[in-house]
Amino acid sequence: MTDMTTTGKTAPRITAATIGDFARQYGVLIIIAALLIGLSFASENFFTARNLLNILNQSAPLAIIACALTLVIIGGGFDLSTGAVFGVASVSAGWLAINVDPYVGIAAGPLIGMFLGAVNGLIITGFGVHSFLVTLATSLVYRGIAILITGGALIPVRIAEFSWLGREKIGLVNVAVLVFLAFMVLMMFLLNRTTFGRKVFAVGGNEEAAILSGIRTNLVKVMTFSLSGAAAGLAGVISVSRISMAEPQAGAGMELEAIAAVILGGTSIMGGAGAVWRSVSGVLLMALIGNGFNILNVNPFFKDLTTGVIIVIAVALAASASRR
Amino acid sequence: MAQTDIAVRVQGVAKSFGSTRILNDITIDFHKGTVHALVGENGAGKSSVGKIVGGYYSADEGVVEIFGDQVTRFSPRDALQRGVAMIHQELQLVPELTVLQNVFLGLETNSGGVLTRGDLARFHDLEKTCEFALDPNAKVATLRIAERQKVEIMRAVAREARVIIMDEPTSSLTEDEAERLHALIARLKSQGTTVIYVSHFLDHIIANCDSVTVMRDGQVIRTDPIAGETKQSLVDSMLGQASEIIWPDLPPAPATTVAPVAELRNVHTSTGLTDISLKIRPGEIVGLIGLVGAGRTEIGHVMFGADRILSGSYSIDGVEYPRLTIPQAVAKGVALVPEDRRKQGLVLTQTTRPNVSLASLGKIARGGILKPRTERERVKRMIDHFGIVPGRIDGDVAFYSGGNQQKVLLSKWAVEKPRLLILDEPSRGVDIGARQRIHEFIVEMAAAGVGVLLISSELEEVINLSHRGYLMSEGRIFAEADCRTLSVETALHRIFHAQSELDQQEKGTNP
Repeated sequence: MTDMTTTGKTAPRITAATIGDFARQYGVLIIIAALLIGLSFASENFFTARNLLNILNQSAPLAIIACALTLVIIGGGFDLSTGAVFGVASVSAGWLAINVDPYVGIAAGPLIGMFLGAVNGLIITGFGVHSFLVTLATSLVYRGIAILITGGALIPVRIAEFSWLGREKIGLVNVAVLVFLAFMVLMMFLLNRTTFGRKVFAVGGNEEAAILSGIRTNLVKVMTFSLSGAAAGLAGVISVSRISMAEPQAGAGMELEAIAAVILGGTSIMGGAGAVWRSVSGVLLMALIGNGFNILNVNPFFKDLTTGVIIVIAVALAASASRR
Repeated sequence: MAQTDIAVRVQGVAKSFGSTRILNDITIDFHKGTVHALVGENGAGKSSVGKIVGGYYSADEGVVEIFGDQVTRFSPRDALQRGVAMIHQELQLVPELTVLQNVFLGLETNSGGVLTRGDLARFHDLEKTCEFALDPNAKVATLRIAERQKVEIMRAVAREARVIIMDEPTSSLTEDEAERLHALIARLKSQGTTVIYVSHFLDHIIANCDSVTVMRDGQVIRTDPIAGETKQSLVDSMLGQASEIIWPDLPPAPATTVAPVAELRNVHTSTGLTDISLKIRPGEIVGLIGLVGAGRTEIGHVMFGADRILSGSYSIDGVEYPRLTIPQAVAKGVALVPEDRRKQGLVLTQTTRPNVSLASLGKIARGGILKPRTERERVKRMIDHFGIVPGRIDGDVAFYSGGNQQKVLLSKWAVEKPRLLILDEPSRGVDIGARQRIHEFIVEMAAAGVGVLLISSELEEVINLSHRGYLMSEGRIFAEADCRTLSVETALHRIFHAQSELDQQEKGTNP
């Protein structure tokens, strides 16, 4: 027990400690700002609307996954199957777009993803197995299903009614970016403005307390995994329509990138605390590092290394903040 | 007094967290072979002094001397090596290991790092000092809090600690268990061990300690020998003004003809309850009187839908619920304030506001979308009603004192008036001020027509705050009593009597 009497009356004073707290709270934004400034000086091609929008456009699928994954992780869960769900949604959407209707294909991606996510959630809650194990296993199953659907082949999808989602622009901005922004706002709204969001925080923060408050914690968990699946499906459709090609191996490794982005943003892996904007910042930070390497013509070999080092630093800072 | 007589000397110690100063110029000498009590309200800093001596906190200013050696940059590990062990309010054991493994954690009998036999023999040696009768092979996860505490104490004794800091050691013990603990403390003392005894239980302190330091607002008020102190003199120093422990007046009990809000009939459960029948009427406070392990918490859990009923019936407002779930119970207006507020009650990653709203989210939302203004108003109302400090709507509950955490937890259920309120150890580990507020709250609820089920290990508390009580032992209710005429002594006597009778019955049926 920590004994503290009056914390309410402290005047807002700027001290080394408060600056340190601020840096830990908003560290990811500070690093992004530093990168933006640094890269602007390093290359005149960097700070242009074209380049920045391009970064956003390229990050849109990963950012969508990271937004929904934030809810899973705040709820005390872990989803390793988003990459495989992305693959299943990609090939199903491609197949349906060609064989049934392009719009059916677009709609099917998120729906199939949501179904696969719900299956994850039901296994996790039904058998009481840790989500890490369940999604590790289902990711193999889902990847197998994706390969079965196409027989291992690629499906070219060159239909204008389908590819607008990944390629068209409204004014300067790509449709995919708008979809991502809309999805991000939706996730923020769910997390911060709804009873569902409150329950997610409670389930991840203290499941027993949530149960003893009359919350159907299993339902909450199934919903977070369904959202994560839907997001992976949506991201898959956007990617297929962008490259006009559905492939069963699409999205491999994306689950780890998404987790890295969420952690980099500062959402607690222990559950119960975090924010959607943090994960989006994590995605953008990773994208900026990649873009910087391209613009500066540095050996891309160092890209993963740099990203990894930054994640370690971010996690170490967060851990030092929670220790007293 | 000679210098060599002092086990631990704390001189001019100060400690701050951020901009909050929790200890200020603390000077205390703890003498060898004595039991030295630290008392004060929650937030007075007594636990923090314990943590500084135990190496959990480092002092910002001042000097700590252990057996004459000044220590700087101290850690719990250093403290242990110097013979200082701390037993925490929140026990720190490895639940998946056995009692034996926990007691000798880090001190296992070994030969070059390979475990060898011998721990069991050492355990039996320890048992000669402790006399706890613990099963060395029981998994700690299966033990009750009182037993886990014994494991912690054995662990300190196994480390040959010469100074043992006990933070609220009796808060989860029944009276007879506390007595056994105090007998052990006396034995340790006679072997020259110094015990630093942090507690809210003034009776225990007066009966078992040699000297006492009273603290208030992070400062030492006075250190005196216990002889000549009374409960009143200690309370006066703690609060800084004269005051006494007053039990609030109960509202009149409802007539026996009033239909009960909740009723159990011949209930059996897999948690060990046998043939439980009880009634709670609206506006009535019903106490469960028994020792730890008597099945009191289990009755609370059954009535909240947390445990299944194997046979018998449970009705709320006259409607039977054979398979009640917690969400159903909450919807019917049943509320449970659980015994372990940090583990079962509060979401410590969240602030006051979401914690208060957690059990009644439906009331502050339309179509699942929260109404922030309604929520803020409700939370503000609760903060004012209970006098929660700090009074911020988004205060960091994890750093609140025990009493204020408990008030937040009560707010969760008080914010929408329940029909049946189950309180499991509502005043455990809270200071006198918060305790009185909690007692007033219980009476307020009854006066407003809520049926209250009160569970407390402190017999004085249950008996003084209840209209009617059920005496329990080993999962059974063996008698019903009018609490206005029942005394603590009679209740204890009857419980012990019932227990020995039950034991004899068992012997009779299994010769």
